[in-house]
Amino acid sequence: MSFIHLFSRFTWGSVRLVTRGNRLYWTWIVFLLALIVWGLFAFAEQVRGGLVVTAMRDQVSWAFYIGNFTFLVGVAAAAVILVIPAYVYDWKPIRHIVVYGELLAVSAIVMCLLFVLVDIGRPDRFWHLLPPVGYLNFPDSILAWDVLVLNIYFLVNFLVVTHILYRAFTGRAYEKRLVIPLVLFSIPMAVGIHTVTAFLYNGLAARPYWNASILAPQFLASAFCSGPAILLFLLQLLRHFTRFEIPDEAIWKIAELMAYAMFLNLFLHGAEAFKEYYSGTEHLLYTRYWYQGLGEHRTLVPFAWTAVILNLVSFALFIVPAARRNPVTLNLGCLATYAGVYIEKGMGLIIPGLTPDSLGEIYQYYPTMIELRVAAGIFATGFLLFTLMLKVAVPISLGEFRLNGAPVPLSDPH
Amino acid sequence: MNQGPEQADGLSRRQVMAGAAGAAAAMILTSCGPKSLHEVPKDRLLSLVAEMEKTYKEKLGADIKVGTEPALPGVEFAYALDISRCVGCRRCVYACVEENNQSRDPQIHWIKVLSMEKEKGVDFAHAGAYYDPKEVPEDGHFYVPVACQQCRNAPCTKVCPTGATWTERDGIVVIDYDWCIGCRYCMAACPYGARHFNWTTPGLPTAEINKNTHYIGNRPRPSGVVEKCTFCIQRTRNGRYPACVEVCPAGARKFGNLLDPGSEIRYIIEHKRVLVLKEDLNTLPKFFYFYAT
Ligand code: SF4
Ligand code: SF4
Repeated sequence: MSFIHLFSRFTWGSVRLVTRGNRLYWTWIVFLLALIVWGLFAFAEQVRGGLVVTAMRDQVSWAFYIGNFTFLVGVAAAAVILVIPAYVYDWKPIRHIVVYGELLAVSAIVMCLLFVLVDIGRPDRFWHLLPPVGYLNFPDSILAWDVLVLNIYFLVNFLVVTHILYRAFTGRAYEKRLVIPLVLFSIPMAVGIHTVTAFLYNGLAARPYWNASILAPQFLASAFCSGPAILLFLLQLLRHFTRFEIPDEAIWKIAELMAYAMFLNLFLHGAEAFKEYYSGTEHLLYTRYWYQGLGEHRTLVPFAWTAVILNLVSFALFIVPAARRNPVTLNLGCLATYAGVYIEKGMGLIIPGLTPDSLGEIYQYYPTMIELRVAAGIFATGFLLFTLMLKVAVPISLGEFRLNGAPVPLSDPH
Repeated sequence: MNQGPEQADGLSRRQVMAGAAGAAAAMILTSCGPKSLHEVPKDRLLSLVAEMEKTYKEKLGADIKVGTEPALPGVEFAYALDISRCVGCRRCVYACVEENNQSRDPQIHWIKVLSMEKEKGVDFAHAGAYYDPKEVPEDGHFYVPVACQQCRNAPCTKVCPTGATWTERDGIVVIDYDWCIGCRYCMAACPYGARHFNWTTPGLPTAEINKNTHYIGNRPRPSGVVEKCTFCIQRTRNGRYPACVEVCPAGARKFGNLLDPGSEIRYIIEHKRVLVLKEDLNTLPKFFYFYAT
């Protein structure tokens, strides 16, 4: 059978899969689409009026969008926490869910790129970054590095999942010689996207809050919390809505790993806070702005303490074996982790880094409705992409969507 | 000779394709293509500048002259500001706005005059740009105007992902407004708050436009790009002083060629108590502060 023919069968079958579903599925899709449209209108307003419709100004020139970008880079590495045990130790319970981690990575990177796109002043000039027509200031600019590593990471994950799924669809085993090296390569790449994204801020001597070498390890630690938190939700949903069997053991193992990551995250935060407060140099201002506020400027303080509390709660829930085995506390823990890291990366990294600004001015940033809507739209886009990919990937890995099993039997999520 | 079927009639398909691709590339590079102004050949620069002038005429209704004066050999510009003389009147701020076509609404100011407490010395954490007394100078205060420090070791140009900002041979750090993508990485990297972003289309009334401009200087900017002080490149490359030097009523501002041993700037650096801001960051500014009295 020719490749074209195979491919058209695959595409056609996928289209049929994503256009069929029960009421819950369609409610979810319509909800996401509505958010996307809502976000698009906000983005249109931003394009028309300029970034002035956001709350960013010269003093706080990066904010919510870039915070979300940073957070999602962390999520994108979630795949790795599964890949390492699955392929390196050949740990079976996790092995067949790695594909979902990689799909998550693909969706997260798409969201990352969208957040960068909406943040730049001239999205119409995006191609200026792309050689040969554009120019990429490599290796001087860390942003150039980031563009490179994010795209490579995206490609690697995309290649691996499409290959595995396509092979499963045609009823053949995946090519080990292709998949294993790529998967192994994606491990340092995942560490790479984090490190490079941390270096983006870390390398700026103008911003003492970022110019601390603890930043990159701390990024990694928090990423190993937030990424798996999303995956755990996902695995439970899959288990619930499809015939997919995911052993409890796998879920507990991931939760345990998250406890260690969260400990490390908290420890690194503590180390940084100690250094800042004990030495008490003028650089303490930024940390104080986050945890205590400066004078009457206290917008971020509630966020700071919410994040700290959420992180502590999730650590407590994951470290106690009984708590992580109980579905209620497990999910509470995931939620706490996700929210804690989201606040810490979304608001807590970028904004105190720029407040007070380099000449000592305090501009109190708080996102506008437009920013929130655009962000909601981007998250919805990511979730939509992820949902559609799952809709195809799950039946394939369950063996329900196969080339020679015509007509395609559709899994009916009850 | 063994000719394949595709080479039958003289021109091979490959040749045709290559020719077409070449033509397309040439077209892209000349007309609609990348308009990067960094080290652009002279004739191409002239045609780009003519295009800019035409666009300004259409969009802003003004006959703007976009100059292309290059850096002169043997020139490296530097600035010195006498902290003991500055009275904090902010005339330089507004002269700069007019000279360099900064947006009036919303306001963009390339120069920020910081009021500092004499007790604390040069300390940004206790400085303010929004002082508004009846009369300046205020008791117990002194003033430190800050604009781009034209760093020799400039963090802003290093971080730019597209190469849209660079240092000219005469030491002026410039921005290509047609190439900047508005990522604002340079703003995060600049330790002196010198870079300003056009958060919306600049409000620049046609009647107030300074028509004497420079292609990497004060020509009107579009929305979504970064701008900053260029040492009045349109003036200084023609042997004039920057607008702020001319307007300062206290004579606190000095400007000149660092490579000319007889220049005033050299005299100041060699004979006065000179400092640079945030010297620990090793940005090596070419903007010096000094105490003449
Ligand atoms: S003052 Fe800022 S904008 Fe000017 S050269 Fe230095 S880093 Fe760049
Ligand atoms: S905002 Fe413009 S000049 Fe600044 S780093 Fe980005 S592309 Fe370069």
